[in-house]
Amino acid sequence: MSLDPDQIQQLARLVRLKFSESEADDFSGQLNDIIRMVEQMNQVNTSHIQPMSHPQDMKLRLREDVITEKDRHRDFQSGAPAADSGLYMVPRVVE
Amino acid sequence: MECRTVLEHSQALKEREYSSVELTQALLEKSRSCAGLNAFITLTEEQALEQASHADKLIAKGEGGPLTGIPLVHKDLFCTKGVRTTCGSRILDNFISPYDATLVERLEQAGMVMLGKTNMDEFAMGSSTENSYYGPTRNPWGHERVPGGSSGGSAAAVAARLAPAATGTDTGGSIRQPAALCGLSGIKPSYGRVSRYGMVAFASSLDQGGVMALTSEDCAYVLQAMSGFDKKDSTSIDQPVPDYVNALSDSISGKVIGLPKEFFTDGVDEEVAQAIRESISMLEGLGARTIDIDLPNSAAGIPCYYVLAPAEASSNLARFDGVRYGHRASEYTDITEMYEATRSEGFGPEVKRRLLIGAYVLSIGYFEAYYVKAQKLRRLIADDFSKAFEKCDVIVGPTAPTTAFPIGLKTDDPVQMYLNDVFTNSANLAGLPAMSIPAGFDGQGLPIGMHLIGKYLDEATILNVAHHYQLNTDWHRRIPEGYA
Repeated sequence: MSLDPDQIQQLARLVRLKFSESEADDFSGQLNDIIRMVEQMNQVNTSHIQPMSHPQDMKLRLREDVITEKDRHRDFQSGAPAADSGLYMVPRVVE
Repeated sequence: MECRTVLEHSQALKEREYSSVELTQALLEKSRSCAGLNAFITLTEEQALEQASHADKLIAKGEGGPLTGIPLVHKDLFCTKGVRTTCGSRILDNFISPYDATLVERLEQAGMVMLGKTNMDEFAMGSSTENSYYGPTRNPWGHERVPGGSSGGSAAAVAARLAPAATGTDTGGSIRQPAALCGLSGIKPSYGRVSRYGMVAFASSLDQGGVMALTSEDCAYVLQAMSGFDKKDSTSIDQPVPDYVNALSDSISGKVIGLPKEFFTDGVDEEVAQAIRESISMLEGLGARTIDIDLPNSAAGIPCYYVLAPAEASSNLARFDGVRYGHRASEYTDITEMYEATRSEGFGPEVKRRLLIGAYVLSIGYFEAYYVKAQKLRRLIADDFSKAFEKCDVIVGPTAPTTAFPIGLKTDDPVQMYLNDVFTNSANLAGLPAMSIPAGFDGQGLPIGMHLIGKYLDEATILNVAHHYQLNTDWHRRIPEGYA
């Protein structure tokens, strides 16, 4: 399997990146090297093996549904690129 | 005075040979004069002197612990309240966290003095600290060489004796490989041992914080202070932390060291292999026993890691959108363009590569072939370790296949760069504690690192074995020329 510049543009859309045509060309060589390396996985037979998603076999802890944090929206919004009246400002989404 | 270990400083502060403020001033002065290393992104001079002065008051009253007044540096990936946290990225160039990471908070409570925040590969993605928006860090052992990565600024700072200890994070080797390349002791504890709260996420099932210092003993003291359950991290282990310091003096006689043949292949530089073989003989001389073990799926570690880590990263890094914090592009017409322009300007090439790979392996049609396949290999790799640890207490090998390589050598070849982690990333996949300690020098005077992997939750044994090795060697005492 290898990626052509069109597929790279498609993946870029998925992760919200933008590439010019020449950038997509530049990335495709390196990405295909990585994919070829990754495909060495196929040399190992993994039938009947349970996937492992995490190093711990633990249950997620539950806690009482009580408020533990103070309202600090002013602190949190002080570093926002654009905030007004307690809201984050973004370009118009709904006409 | 600048070149001493944590414990030597601790003793000197207690005996009033010098104060924490004097020590802090001296190290800050040295850090300014070594700016060419580019080890720091931010120096926190004012805050450091305040913390040092507070520590001196405690010491004067006979209060405080062994770490009170001891300076350290934090990798710029741990959130520090009121001090910017960049992760080596343009997208967080202006980010000031409203809270401290748990690790930062605990070390401050232990009395440690933060001198600054260190350079790193962007979002911890790299093995050379060349992928930083703030430029590459240089290795004090050879200025044209990389310090390793991603915690390369932390490693360079300790190697140059700008601080006696540094925090780092290790997702695939990012504490151990720079420790090896800079001649330091560095430990990545078991997954879950150190809270990830306030540690900017790269690959959440692999990321773990830890420490680099000059000796295993120093690592034990700092690790002790930063470890333990934290309810703010849902994957924090609710288990008592062993007394690492006390365990250092245990005899290593009869300890069984497993030697995987997969870690002694042709891919390892001969001088590195020779140094590790000699170090193993020395451990045998100290009473340890060696046996051959198999880790048959080791070769799959790199491919497996480079599917799982990018997959987790592509999800974690979705939060950098130019809305709530960090960089926002100045030119866009709608919200999608705003996201795309912000992220394209904000992220460097290695982060972009990993986001694309992550999106690819998680896409419909490829998910089973790549992501699930990698998860199955992860299980095989973890099972290999479980079987090996039925027969041994510690697994030993080289930390990295070579010593520090020249800046620029591997920047255009990501796969070659990834192979630096060939011996380290399997410990992250399995969640095991692992450490690198200095084990010699090559013909060019560059440090060689020995890798010790322990059983899950058994940091104490690797620290103990490393400590006994260091009682009988002086590699960890060598100082790079010009930094004494």
